[in-house]
Amino acid sequence: MSGLDVRDLTVRFGATAAVDHVDLAVPAGSVVAVLGPSGCGKSTLLRAVAGLEVPASGTVSYDGQDLAGTPTHRRGFALMFQDGQLFEHLDVAANIAYPLRLRRRSRADQRARARELLALVGLEGYADRLPATLSGGERQRVALARALAVEPRLLLLDEPLSALDRGLRERLAGELHDILRAAGATAMLVTHDHDEAFAVADRMAVMREGRIVQAGTLEEVWSRPVDGWTAAFLGYATVLTGDRAARLRELVAPGEPWESVALRRSALRVDPTGPLTARVEEARVTPDQIRLQLDVDGAGSLPGVADPGSDVRVGARVRVSIDTSRIALIPSDLSGVEP
Amino acid sequence: MRSRLLPTVLSTLLLATALAGCGSDSKESPKTLVVATHDSWAMSKSVLAKFKAETGITVKVRPQGDAGELTNKLVLTKDSPLADGVYGIDNTFASRAVDAGILTAYDAKELPSSAEQYRLTGDAKDDLTPIDYGDVCVNVDDSWFAKKNLTPPKTLDDLAKPAYKGLFVTPGATTSSPGLAFLLATIAAKGDGWQDYWKQLMANDTKITAGWTDAYEVDFTAGGGNGDRPIVTSYSSSPPFTIPKGATEPTTSALLDTCFRQVEYAGVLKGSDNPAGMKKFIDFMVGQDFQEALPDNMYVYPVDSTVKLPADWASYAPVSPHPYSVDPSAVTKNRTTWLREWRDVTSQ
Amino acid sequence: MTLRVRWGTVAIAAVPLTALVLFFVYPVVGMLARGLWPDGSLDLGAVTEVLGRPRTHRVLWFTVWSAGVATLVSVLAGLPVAFVLHRLRFPGRDLLRALVVVPFVLPTVVVGVAFRQLIAPSGPLGSLGLDGTATAIVAALVFFNISVVVRTVGAFWEAIDTRREEAAAVLGASPWQVFRTVTLPALVPGIVSAASVVFLFCATSFGVVLTMGGLRYSNVETEIYLLTTQELDLTGAAALSILQLVVITALLVLAARVRRSPGPVDRTTKRLPRPRLRQLPVLLWAGLVIVFLMAPLASLLSASLRQGDTWGLDNYRALGTTGAHNALLVPATTGLANSLQIAMVATVIALVLGSCVAFLVSRPGGGRPMGVLDGVFMLPLGVSAVTVGFGFLITLDKPPLDLRESALLIPIAQAMVALPLVVRTLAPVLRSVDDRQRQAAASLGAGPLRVLLTVDVPVAWRALIAAAGFAFAVSLGEFGATSFLARDDNPTLPVVIYRLIGHPGAENFGMAMAASVVLAATTAVVMFAVQRLRVASVGAF
Repeated sequence: MSGLDVRDLTVRFGATAAVDHVDLAVPAGSVVAVLGPSGCGKSTLLRAVAGLEVPASGTVSYDGQDLAGTPTHRRGFALMFQDGQLFEHLDVAANIAYPLRLRRRSRADQRARARELLALVGLEGYADRLPATLSGGERQRVALARALAVEPRLLLLDEPLSALDRGLRERLAGELHDILRAAGATAMLVTHDHDEAFAVADRMAVMREGRIVQAGTLEEVWSRPVDGWTAAFLGYATVLTGDRAARLRELVAPGEPWESVALRRSALRVDPTGPLTARVEEARVTPDQIRLQLDVDGAGSLPGVADPGSDVRVGARVRVSIDTSRIALIPSDLSGVEP
Repeated sequence: MRSRLLPTVLSTLLLATALAGCGSDSKESPKTLVVATHDSWAMSKSVLAKFKAETGITVKVRPQGDAGELTNKLVLTKDSPLADGVYGIDNTFASRAVDAGILTAYDAKELPSSAEQYRLTGDAKDDLTPIDYGDVCVNVDDSWFAKKNLTPPKTLDDLAKPAYKGLFVTPGATTSSPGLAFLLATIAAKGDGWQDYWKQLMANDTKITAGWTDAYEVDFTAGGGNGDRPIVTSYSSSPPFTIPKGATEPTTSALLDTCFRQVEYAGVLKGSDNPAGMKKFIDFMVGQDFQEALPDNMYVYPVDSTVKLPADWASYAPVSPHPYSVDPSAVTKNRTTWLREWRDVTSQ
Repeated sequence: MTLRVRWGTVAIAAVPLTALVLFFVYPVVGMLARGLWPDGSLDLGAVTEVLGRPRTHRVLWFTVWSAGVATLVSVLAGLPVAFVLHRLRFPGRDLLRALVVVPFVLPTVVVGVAFRQLIAPSGPLGSLGLDGTATAIVAALVFFNISVVVRTVGAFWEAIDTRREEAAAVLGASPWQVFRTVTLPALVPGIVSAASVVFLFCATSFGVVLTMGGLRYSNVETEIYLLTTQELDLTGAAALSILQLVVITALLVLAARVRRSPGPVDRTTKRLPRPRLRQLPVLLWAGLVIVFLMAPLASLLSASLRQGDTWGLDNYRALGTTGAHNALLVPATTGLANSLQIAMVATVIALVLGSCVAFLVSRPGGGRPMGVLDGVFMLPLGVSAVTVGFGFLITLDKPPLDLRESALLIPIAQAMVALPLVVRTLAPVLRSVDDRQRQAAASLGAGPLRVLLTVDVPVAWRALIAAAGFAFAVSLGEFGATSFLARDDNPTLPVVIYRLIGHPGAENFGMAMAASVVLAATTAVVMFAVQRLRVASVGAF
């Protein structure tokens, strides 16, 4: 196949396997996010792909060619670190042109390409600045431009946005998505932030304790988390199992085989016509809606929302409806573990 | 708040200065005598204890480098002398010390008659008292020559012969006192032709090292380093040290026709805190006990010829019957010129 | 508050500056004055005469090129060793790190003999024909100074974030390109710093040039020695001393422009890699250098175990005696005890003075004056030990400063030698403390002393102990300054060795070798302990 293909890859640090029999594909032209909590081995997986870690077993290949004997600098990839790792002794233009200089492109070429990339990442006029004078967001943009400079056949992004503050992260995530599409890049992104993964990638793989527990398109993973842990990690507020899940069964999808159900925060909504009844335990007003904690008859304490301005008081009994687009069915689950 | 740290630091330094001050007080006591010497000073405790028993004076010895360094330090510190007296200025540096006026004349009461020949001449006669002497001679490794079935050299001229090419090593005259002594031997022997002689030596692949240690312990075949040159400039007293364990005869010998006689002197320093004590010590140094202890401790011959030498010295460390000598004042006058000329001849 | 802090700064600066003036500037000026004002009037004509001598030119030229070549070779040889010992992980690395420092702290008299035994025509490397050549001088200078490069550059290398190099590699840089474009620029300040110190040591080396060159070569230092101790030509010596001072000051100023200390090392996240096969050329290179460093030490060890044709520990047993024919005034073991005692005192003095200097130069916002202060305390390394030693004798001779008879004289001299090393060890660590931490502590009610104790000391104590260990080792092996000062009946171990080696007889020579091995082993143990301390504490915090 074309693109990156990781087969049965294991990387060991002493006795522990940081990456444990992992399979992963990044088809050419796609952006794949590897999502997992810190310490799950996702960065090690990325480094192994880059050739910075030596695998204990398994293969990393690109366009069908095994890369085992290919040193890092001959793989034709580019890696962007969490903190950019700009070369402090070079100015912005020289940082971006660095990979071009390695390939002995002409000076004019280097300048032109650096200008083009600065425009792409929205930093026109920054060519002569030194990295030390840049803000965190600017540094990451320069690092991205540098990584894109030689049109790598695979771009590796290691938590590219997590060092930034929240507002900047959200804005830059959207830009990163657009830049990657505009550059036609094939990219592998590792992150612990599901928002970042959803904003940037079109496929994702969830990693836990060295293993890939689920992989697919965003939609596939999002709507069918493989287990409660995954659902919780993807941002679902609650996972119901057993009897509590049974109460919701007939309301959601009585015919389908599933054992647990994951609910987003807004899956239950106060609705005078709704099929469920509940007592309001807590109510908190936010600008968009009223956030509630409901004691749903037969299903126990669950989060829910009400439209702003509606009259819900603690202790009141209300009727509640389920928004089926905001729940996910989990085929089998052993636990409702929080990630 | 910082001021609490400061007193600690300051008091440490003050304490250090105070301690330093205490150290210098003890020198003032007339019951001690400070003697500046060369580095080769060695004397058994019992001999010095005897001096203390006789006079009540404790001798503190302060080695100050080789004879040259010792003399120069004393000249430099003339205004505030390092010590009460000096031992170890030799006949190559004696007139520099005399000319610099660092000494007080003293005519030792019991100077043995055999020492008269070593006294300085003229006005300087009493400035320094001869204590001992040693012969700097070319030494050869006899066992090496025996093994090779070769005849060892005998004279200075032999050293320049092709048969002994590449076999001779000598410490340099500018950095070593035996080296200077050997240069003076050649100057005494060859007169104005000494430079030609040294050219021959150099053409015969003579090796020059910085110090005696390098020559004897690294390059000499019988030294500690098992070198590759069987002929070396050393002392007539060196051979007994090469008697192998369990054997009775040394494996080396000194060539008595190649020797320069170094005489070592003692004197009272001008500005001394204890001139009387130093005079007593000089008397003691020319006396029987000290003279007898000299060979075993400092490998030199006592000026008192009546003193009995150790047994192996009598057999294996005879002094040269006719050593070379150069007048001390001529040495002082020409030293710099000679050394510069020597440097030019010996360096490429 | 501001005023009090200022006064505090002045007072803290006063302590080491007073020591520097008393124990360095004053003696040197005193000695120079003797040469330049021989009859009470300034005699510059004599100075120009000395500087115009063809011999002076030859000597100056040899000094510059021998020190220059030795510095270059030290850097080239030291870099791979710094890499292997500071960026790789393998068994025995800590021991090697300690051993590599041993040559630096061994007295020249010992190493000179050990080195010459190797390259003398009869030695194992005799066939190279190096004995008495300029190559031998340079090789010995390199031998002494490689560890300066290894340690200084190694510290910088440890501080480099490996991910920066990985970023370059992933962008397509080959290992060589990574080194040239990323690693080397980050190492440059360290290399310049090390090179300037090495040049300093080489240009002022004395024993090595005399021993290895066999008088065929002279540098400024040996020339000053000869002029002072043998010819008593103080004018000539003063002229050369001034020349030396000018050159060294210029060098220090130049180096200070490029120099900067390595960044704080984040030791907790570092997991050093094991050596890899593709690093074979570098590993071989480093291996060769290490063999070069260990060969003279091995030659010492083998000589110490030999007595005549038999092998054994007799030489070591003899250390309890005064040698054959009373070569020593006291047993060699007493020399060792003296050395340990003197080194202890010297270490305390160097630490007190060095802490003051390091404290000052590491304050943020110190700027130029502090840079100058740092450089000023390097000067003692660059000025002729002969000039300083003789200067001591002619200046520290009157109460209240009559130190010539003082037991503190030698420790003070050694402390002045060890001082720059203490400053260079402590200052970068103190500098790595974020000043905002001090401000935070102060805002919580801590006075300056409490800030020091609760913020600086917890960070710096390890460096303080390391500096103490290094200063101790340097004092143990110090011979140059010690040998020019009065040596009483309490000789240090290097002086004992010097005496033993200067007396004929196989027993004395064997004893000298055994004593040298004891000295080398003691310094190695001290350095190893220092190393262990730093490593062991990594996990504890």
